[in-house]
Amino acid sequence: MEAQNIQAWFGDKLVLKNISMKIKPRQVSAIIGPSGCGKSTFIRCLNRMHEVVPGARMEGRVLLDGADIWELDPVLLRRRVGMVFQKAQPFPTMSIFDNVAAGLRLNGLRNRRQLSAVVEQSLKRAALWDEVKDHLDKPGTGLSGGQQQRLCIARALAVSPAVLLMDEPCSALDPIATARIEELILTLKKNYTIVIVTHNMQQAARVSDETAFFLLGELIEFNNTRTIFTTPGDKRTEDYITGRFG
Amino acid sequence: MSASYQKRRLVNFIAFGLTGGCALLTLGVLFFILGYVTAHGFASLSWSFFTQLPKPVGDPGGGMANAIAGTLKLIFLAAWIGLPIGVLGGVYLAEFGGNAFGFFVRYAADVINGVPSIVMGIFAYAIVVLPMKRFSTLAGGVALGLMLIPIAVRSTEEFLKLVPRSIRESALALGIPRWKAILWIVIPAALRGLLTGVMLDLSRVSGETAPLLFTAFGNRFWSSGWLNPIASLPVMIFTYAVSPYADWHRQAWAAALVLLMLVLISNVGARLLMRKRIRAF
Repeated sequence: MEAQNIQAWFGDKLVLKNISMKIKPRQVSAIIGPSGCGKSTFIRCLNRMHEVVPGARMEGRVLLDGADIWELDPVLLRRRVGMVFQKAQPFPTMSIFDNVAAGLRLNGLRNRRQLSAVVEQSLKRAALWDEVKDHLDKPGTGLSGGQQQRLCIARALAVSPAVLLMDEPCSALDPIATARIEELILTLKKNYTIVIVTHNMQQAARVSDETAFFLLGELIEFNNTRTIFTTPGDKRTEDYITGRFG
Repeated sequence: MSASYQKRRLVNFIAFGLTGGCALLTLGVLFFILGYVTAHGFASLSWSFFTQLPKPVGDPGGGMANAIAGTLKLIFLAAWIGLPIGVLGGVYLAEFGGNAFGFFVRYAADVINGVPSIVMGIFAYAIVVLPMKRFSTLAGGVALGLMLIPIAVRSTEEFLKLVPRSIRESALALGIPRWKAILWIVIPAALRGLLTGVMLDLSRVSGETAPLLFTAFGNRFWSSGWLNPIASLPVMIFTYAVSPYADWHRQAWAAALVLLMLVLISNVGARLLMRKRIRAF
């Protein structure tokens, strides 16, 4: 996946300035930076969720396997580029099973056996199957915070995306639940391209192969994670990762 | 203790007393009305009130079975006319109403909500009663249904807006088309609230008298079909209360109690539904 010269606005306010980034397949790319630097907005441009917000617009090109995403129906694009949000938000009226099946079912898949197979596979991939397999009919909102987030990951995986965007997926979780999600990210990258936005620099260092540093809507530096954290090329990156601001 | 502190305490005491007193007064008025109507109504309430037709003047006894059925029939008709338009309009406002058109619709609904109900009655009189040259259940239902539309629009919108934005986004991010996300995820999430809203809306119009005076008109007997005048509790209360007969006054009190109970039960029922809904989130 590749972003070329992305600019994004909320109303008149320019929040992303000319961002270009090549995201390598089957790797974890982390985006770090202080609050309000545009990291979430950037990944929301990659699956066209940015335009869902009233008054928001974007310019530039995003290529997915060489094809321009503006030529795709956003609904189809989002099935290939899934997203996990900061706050785990299971659909409140649905059971665990229905939550995972929702994406497929609401796109027309009715076959119960096929749905069951996908639900089981997705929950296994999200490392939640063993904990919920005996009560798939219980409401998704009854799970713990960490389980809910893994449920949301399973739900996103069920529509078999190629890319998974994660917007601060652990910021509302305790350290143990966070560790489980991070473990999961490392397993998932065998099959999926992952872009994760995080406030937590240790997390970026732990899970990612490449790291991008954003500041005030600009991409300051994008390099492999080790380089960013040991020998950053830009003074501002160094200041940020050593905690001098942000 | 400084003088300014003393003064502050005094001001606090007065302000607290004033707001608390007014709050108590509000509650007091409610209980006074409830108590007064119950005291007067309960004495005149009997089994025959629910089962018999009104008796002629001077003939003691009788009931308002036709008016109770009439009120229910009018509400039923009003619901069929007002709720589909009101609820769907509310869905539009909540999901797509962020534009100038939405603003205009919302504003219009608020204005119509503030229009005196007798004006809605005149309107229904002009568009139904005059062309058909008869008072009818249909005309009464249209009058109440028209009143119901803006009320239902706003309550539906409010309850849908309680569904967090993140639920909508989660659905869209799964590649679910927007209309399916609204129909199968957002509306089910708000369903209890929507039902609560509908019950409150219906109880709100069920006590309306003015729009019925010259549409449904009134009837001392059972009304057949939709094209004849029909009795309703509010109009019955009005007619009986302004009459010179003591026996009719008693009947009016009983009718008032029954109407009050109808409204109260649907209100309390709606609140109970609502409480459960909040727990579910």
